[in-house]
Amino acid sequence: MSELLKTPLYPIYKDYGAKIIDFAGWALPIQFEGIILEHHSVRKSAGLFDVSHMGEIEVKGQDALSYLNYIMTNDVSKLKPNQVQYSVMVNENGGTLDDVLIYCFNEQHYWVIANAANRLKDFKWMQKQAACYEVNISDISDHVAQLALQGPKASEILNSVTEEINNLRFFRFKKSVVANDISCLISRTGYTGEDGFELYCKPEDVVQLWKTLLSVGKKHDLKPAGLGCRDTLRFEAGMHLYGNELNENITPLEAGLNWVVKFDKKDFIGKSALQTQKQKGISRKLIGFEMQEKGIPRGGYEVKKEDKTIGYVTTGYLSPTLNKTLGMALIDAEFFELGNIIEIVIRGKKVPATIVETPFYSKKYKK
Amino acid sequence: MRVLQELLYTKEHEWVKIEGRLARVGITDYAQSELGDVVYLELPEIDAEFNQGDPFGVVESVKAASDLYAPLTGKVVDVNDELTNSPEAVNEDPYGSWMIVLEISDESELNNLLSSKDYEELCSEED
Repeated sequence: MSELLKTPLYPIYKDYGAKIIDFAGWALPIQFEGIILEHHSVRKSAGLFDVSHMGEIEVKGQDALSYLNYIMTNDVSKLKPNQVQYSVMVNENGGTLDDVLIYCFNEQHYWVIANAANRLKDFKWMQKQAACYEVNISDISDHVAQLALQGPKASEILNSVTEEINNLRFFRFKKSVVANDISCLISRTGYTGEDGFELYCKPEDVVQLWKTLLSVGKKHDLKPAGLGCRDTLRFEAGMHLYGNELNENITPLEAGLNWVVKFDKKDFIGKSALQTQKQKGISRKLIGFEMQEKGIPRGGYEVKKEDKTIGYVTTGYLSPTLNKTLGMALIDAEFFELGNIIEIVIRGKKVPATIVETPFYSKKYKK
Repeated sequence: MRVLQELLYTKEHEWVKIEGRLARVGITDYAQSELGDVVYLELPEIDAEFNQGDPFGVVESVKAASDLYAPLTGKVVDVNDELTNSPEAVNEDPYGSWMIVLEISDESELNNLLSSKDYEELCSEED
């Protein structure tokens, strides 16, 4: 795995029994003790994830706000300092380039957190769109490491290393928090459907931060957690994974992300394409389903209705929390109705599934 | 990683226990550890026939589905249906978790299987 990118925590993964995989060109742990065990730990107590592979793109300058509002579908002007916003970046056709978090330091200074696989693409795209704006865009990913501490015990655990985040609300952040001598930016955000935090620090500090959190978290049953359960957790909580539920051929409207597309703001990239789609009505829709018979739906499997192919599965799992076999699929919108029966083609066999509401698991955020 | 001396193995990480004219088949400790948590098994019906190397079933971990390959040509004479109801047993006791029993039709094919020593070597190369 020498050709793969590595986070600063790579050298100590093995100490925790990690199984390493290639994820978007990064050598990352798919699991430590086991995906299901780690999944339950995050739901019941807490898990610690290395998410240093995520990209951080800094936007600075006097036009930072108007620039971001032009390239993002969500309304960045609604963001106050120390607030975080989920948003989507689309191309002129409305196809999704990435889904991101935006951190507002002030109207002239933001961070955009990009998916690892999209980091370079996003950065180039953002630079290209910046021509008419007074902004400086820099990819600071190599200077930022990130941990995600997630689960009902996350706040108690974090409290034992810093009291500065006691009153931190959901989707808010605080910079220059000192946690056991390490300076961090901490946000109350995550990708699991549980309460939790994301901690950004210098790469040279992250090993110590990881060890400190695991050590103080031990009595709360904090476990190192890998990408495997990160995906099963976000899936249960109905969150999108770029590459599965989102890509450049899927618009945020098709993916059910209407709440992050703000048509009432001034012009933004993709606005007219998305507006047209909204007026005409979407022809495809991202839906959730539950298998009625045995078989596990996997990404890419065909979805049928009366012998007609109506779409494909984007993600599917035997849900560890709900103990049901569930999936998300992008299907022709005309077949969407809760309770409708569709068929998933598993190794050539059509297996019935019912369209159900998403998220499958209600998020347990502390708002 | 455990490899049992008395068993034969395939390159695809199945173990084979020869019981006279019958071959009991499961997946190895190495295989279960590589797969991670096994959550689903699809096994054939009794009387199904397979050639050596044919996929005879599917084992699914949390993340992915993998084919199971018939180590020998033969007819299925027994299927471990209990295992399909508790697939996690494959992780807990891989050598106790047999999947099918084949009636061997061509004993010369046994020569294509790996000894425990050869299998151990194969696994250390793959690591």
